[in-house]
Amino acid sequence: MTQDAASRWRPRVRERNAIGRGFAALTIVSTLLGIAVLVALLVDVFGDGGSQVDGHFLTSYPSRFPEDAGLRSALLGTLWLLVLTTIIAFPLGVGAAIYLEEYAPDTWLTRFIQLNIANLAGVPSVVYGLLGLGLFVRWFALGRSLLAGAMTMALLILPLIIVASREAIRAVPDSQREASYALGATKWQTVFRTVLPAAGGGILTGTILALARAIGETAPLITIGALTYIAFDPTGPMDLFTVLPIQIFNWVSLPQEGFSELAAGGIVILLIVLLLANSIALFVRFRLQRRFD
Amino acid sequence: MEAGTAGTRRPDVALDLSANDSASANGPVKPDVLVTENLKFWYGSMMALSGISLNIPQHEVMAIIGPSGCGKSTYLRCLNRMNDLISSARVEGRVIFDGKNIYARNVDAVQMRRRIGMVFQKPNPFPKSIYDNIAYGPKVNGYRGSMDDLVEHSLRQAALWDEVKDDLKKSGLELSGGQQQRLCIARALAVEPDVILMDEPCSALDPIATTRIEDLIRELRENYTIVIVTHNMQQAARVSDRTAFFMLDEDGAGSLVEVDETQRLFTTPSDQRTEDYITGRFG
Amino acid sequence: MVTKDLSRMLGARLTGRRPAAQDVNTTSGAPDAHSQFVPRRRRALIERGIHAVLFLCAAVSILTTAGIIFTLLGETLAFFRDVPIIDFLTGTRWTPLFVSQSFGVLPLVNGTLVVALVAVVVAVPIGLMSAIFLSEYAPARVRAAIKPILEVLAGIPTVVYGYFALLFVTPILRDIFPQTQVFNVLSAGIVMGFMILPMMASISEDALRVVPRSLREGAFALGATKFQVTVRVVVPAALSGILAAIILSVSRAIGETMIVAIAAGLQPKVGFDLLSSMETMTAYIVQVSLGDTPQDTIEYRTLFAVGTLLFLMTFVMNILSDWIVRRYREVYE
Repeated sequence: MTQDAASRWRPRVRERNAIGRGFAALTIVSTLLGIAVLVALLVDVFGDGGSQVDGHFLTSYPSRFPEDAGLRSALLGTLWLLVLTTIIAFPLGVGAAIYLEEYAPDTWLTRFIQLNIANLAGVPSVVYGLLGLGLFVRWFALGRSLLAGAMTMALLILPLIIVASREAIRAVPDSQREASYALGATKWQTVFRTVLPAAGGGILTGTILALARAIGETAPLITIGALTYIAFDPTGPMDLFTVLPIQIFNWVSLPQEGFSELAAGGIVILLIVLLLANSIALFVRFRLQRRFD
Repeated sequence: MEAGTAGTRRPDVALDLSANDSASANGPVKPDVLVTENLKFWYGSMMALSGISLNIPQHEVMAIIGPSGCGKSTYLRCLNRMNDLISSARVEGRVIFDGKNIYARNVDAVQMRRRIGMVFQKPNPFPKSIYDNIAYGPKVNGYRGSMDDLVEHSLRQAALWDEVKDDLKKSGLELSGGQQQRLCIARALAVEPDVILMDEPCSALDPIATTRIEDLIRELRENYTIVIVTHNMQQAARVSDRTAFFMLDEDGAGSLVEVDETQRLFTTPSDQRTEDYITGRFG
Repeated sequence: MVTKDLSRMLGARLTGRRPAAQDVNTTSGAPDAHSQFVPRRRRALIERGIHAVLFLCAAVSILTTAGIIFTLLGETLAFFRDVPIIDFLTGTRWTPLFVSQSFGVLPLVNGTLVVALVAVVVAVPIGLMSAIFLSEYAPARVRAAIKPILEVLAGIPTVVYGYFALLFVTPILRDIFPQTQVFNVLSAGIVMGFMILPMMASISEDALRVVPRSLREGAFALGATKFQVTVRVVVPAALSGILAAIILSVSRAIGETMIVAIAAGLQPKVGFDLLSSMETMTAYIVQVSLGDTPQDTIEYRTLFAVGTLLFLMTFVMNILSDWIVRRYREVYE
C-alpha cells in the first residue's frame, strides 16, 4: 500500500509552503499599503500646509490674496454648525434608540423603522444635500442658513447616533433593569435613571464620532448652497455660513499660486479638529467604561 | 516503513506489561505506529499534560477515557500537532511517528497531518458538495489518480456510498448529523492516512447513528490505526482493543494512569483509581 | 458605601416619594402621608406621553426617507414633463448648462461607473487581502494595532482625499503617463479606492471571522497548508459576506462626491479613457450647486433627476448587500 500510495501522491510540500509564504507576504504588503497611503497623505498635507498655520491664518477672513487669507469664518461656521447639529441630532437619535431598544413592540412598523434606518445609513451624503435643499432651504424657507445646514447634517448623522446608542443600550444587562423595576420604578424611570447612565459612555462616544463625521462632510452643505466666500462672523442660526471643508474645497479649486497651500493649511486645521473630537470620544469611552463596568 | 519505530520504543513499566500481554494474547507483537515519550503540554503557563508516555500499536483501536477536563482531547490533538494552531500552546517531549519526532524542527506539520488524520467532536463538513468535501484533501495534497474512484472508494469505506451516490453534488451540510460525521470520516480516509484520530466522534449523534459509526470503526481497524477519545466507557469497551485511562494529577495536569487491553482494563484494572472510575465511584 | 447610598436614593426617587428630612436631599414643605407618592394616574399619563415622544423620535427616520423620496420625486416628475424619460436615460449628450441644452444622462453614468470601477479594482483586492491578514495571519497584538489605523483612514474627510488625489497622485501619474490630464479619472478612482478600502476590509474581515474554527481545523487535519485552508475553505465559506462588502464598496464609490468633484473634472462624456477628465453624477450636482441656479428652472430640476437616479442605484445595491448578509448569517446560526 505504501509503495502504491507514493506513486499517486505528489504532496510537493516545499512548493506549497513557498506559495503559502508568498501569499502571507502579499497579505502583509496589502495591509501595509493602506497604512502607507495614510502616511503619504499626512506627510503631503503637513508638508504643504504646516507652515500656513499661524495666528493670522486662524483669525483672518478669506481673501483674494493668498497671503492675507485665513479661515476665521469657516472655523466659526464649523463650530456653529456643530453646536446646532448636536442640539437637533442628539435628543432625536438617543430617543429613537431608546424607543427601539426599550419600548418598541415587535411589529411590522418597528421592523420597517429598523430597516429604514439601516438603509438611510447607506444613502449618499449628496442626496441628503438635495433633501435639505428641497425641504429646508426652499420649502421651510430657511434659506442657506446655518439652521438649514444643521438640520441637513442632523438627518445625515442620525442613523449613526441611533445605531451606536442602540448598541450601548443593549449592552446594559437586564439585571439592572430588573433591579430598578423591583424597587417600584416605572419604565421611564428605569430607562432614565438606570439604563441611560449605564449606557452613557457608549452613547456619548457614538455621538461624538458621528459629529466628527459631520465636521468633515462637504457635499451636502455645498448642495444646500452654503457659500464658499464668507467674510463675516456668523452670529445666529439664520446667518449665512461656510465651514472648514467647504473653504478647503474652495481653495483647492483655485488654480492661482498659493491657494493649494492654503487648502493644505485648512486640512491641517480640519484634521486637528477631528483628532480632538476622536480623542474626546476615546477619553469618554475610557472614563465611563471604567465607572460602570 | 515502521522499521524505525520498534527501535525507538522506550516503554515504561505499565506499557511493558501491556505489550507482553498483547503478545501472549494476539500472537506476534504488533509494531507501534505512534510512540509518545514524556509529552508535556501547556496552555500559556497552565500545564495541561504532565509527561504522557504511551505506545499505540498498528491496526488497533486505542480508546482514551477519563473524566472530563482530564486532557484526553488535548493529548489527541498533540498527536497531529493541531495544537500548533493555538498561539499560547507549548509542547515538550516527543511524539515518534514513522521513525521521526513530529515535533522535530525538520518535520513539516502539513505533510505529517496527511498521514495522521482527524475526526472531530462535532461533524464539520465544509460548506461544499459531498464530492468536493471528499476531494478537498486529495486536491490540496496533489493526488494524481482518478478522483471519482477515490471519492467512491472513500465513501464506501465510510459506509456512506449507498446513501449518497445519487446526489454527490448535494451540499454536505444537508446530510443528517450521523451522515455528516461519516462524511467527515470518508474525507479523512480519502487522503489515505495511516492513523485516524477521533475526538469523541459520536458525542453529537443519536444512538442509531452512534452504532453505525462504531461498526465502522471496527471495520476500519483492518487497515488503519485508530485513536479514539470517548467519554463513554461502554463505547470504549465496544470498539477498542486497548484502553488508556487519563486523570488529572494533584497539580491539575492530565496524566496517564493506566493502559491495558480493553477487556483487562475493564475487568481487572491494576490501578485503584481506574477501578474507582470504571465502577462509577467518581467522574 | 457609595453604591449603597446611591441605590437607597434611587429607591426613594423611583417610587416617587418626596425626600423626607432624613433623606439626602432637603426640600421645603412638610409631607403628609397622602402626598408622599405621585398619584398613579398621573404617573401612567407621564409614561404614555414619554412613549409617544420616543416613538416620534424613531419616526423621524421614516419622515427622512419620505422627505427624500418626495423632494426627489417632486422635482424629478416636473423635470420629466419637459424632458422625456427615454431621452434622459438613453441620451449620450449632457449639456443642460449650455445654450443648446441636451439631457442625456449616460455620460454622467458612464463617468460614475468608470471611477467606481477603478476604485473597486483598487479597494477589493487590497481590502480582501488586508482582511485575510487581519483575520487569519495577524497575531492579536498586531491586529489590535492595525484596526485603529484603518479606522483613521476611514475617518479622513473626503475633501482631504480630493486634495491628495489632485495634488499628490495626479502629478505622479503625469510623470508616468505624460498625456494625463490635470483632471483625470484614474487619480480620483485610485484615491477613492483607498478611501473605501477600510470598509471593504472591515466587512470582509467580519465575514471571515464568522467562519467556524472547526472548518479550519477540519482542513488542517487533512494536511492542508494555511494558504490552502484560507483560500479553499475559509474564503469560499465567507464568500457571500465578501460579496456584500464588494457591493457596498461599489455603492459607496458611486455616491462619493468630493474626490471626483475636485480631481476628476467636469467633462460629461462617454468613454473609458482613464487618463482623461470625466464628470460623475455627484460631481454634476456639486457643479450646479456652486452656481446660483434659480428655482423652478429646468437646470435646477436636473439636480433632482440626477439625484433620483443616484439614489435608486445606491438603494438597490444597499438592499442587495443587506439581503446577502442576512442570508449568509442564517448558514452559521
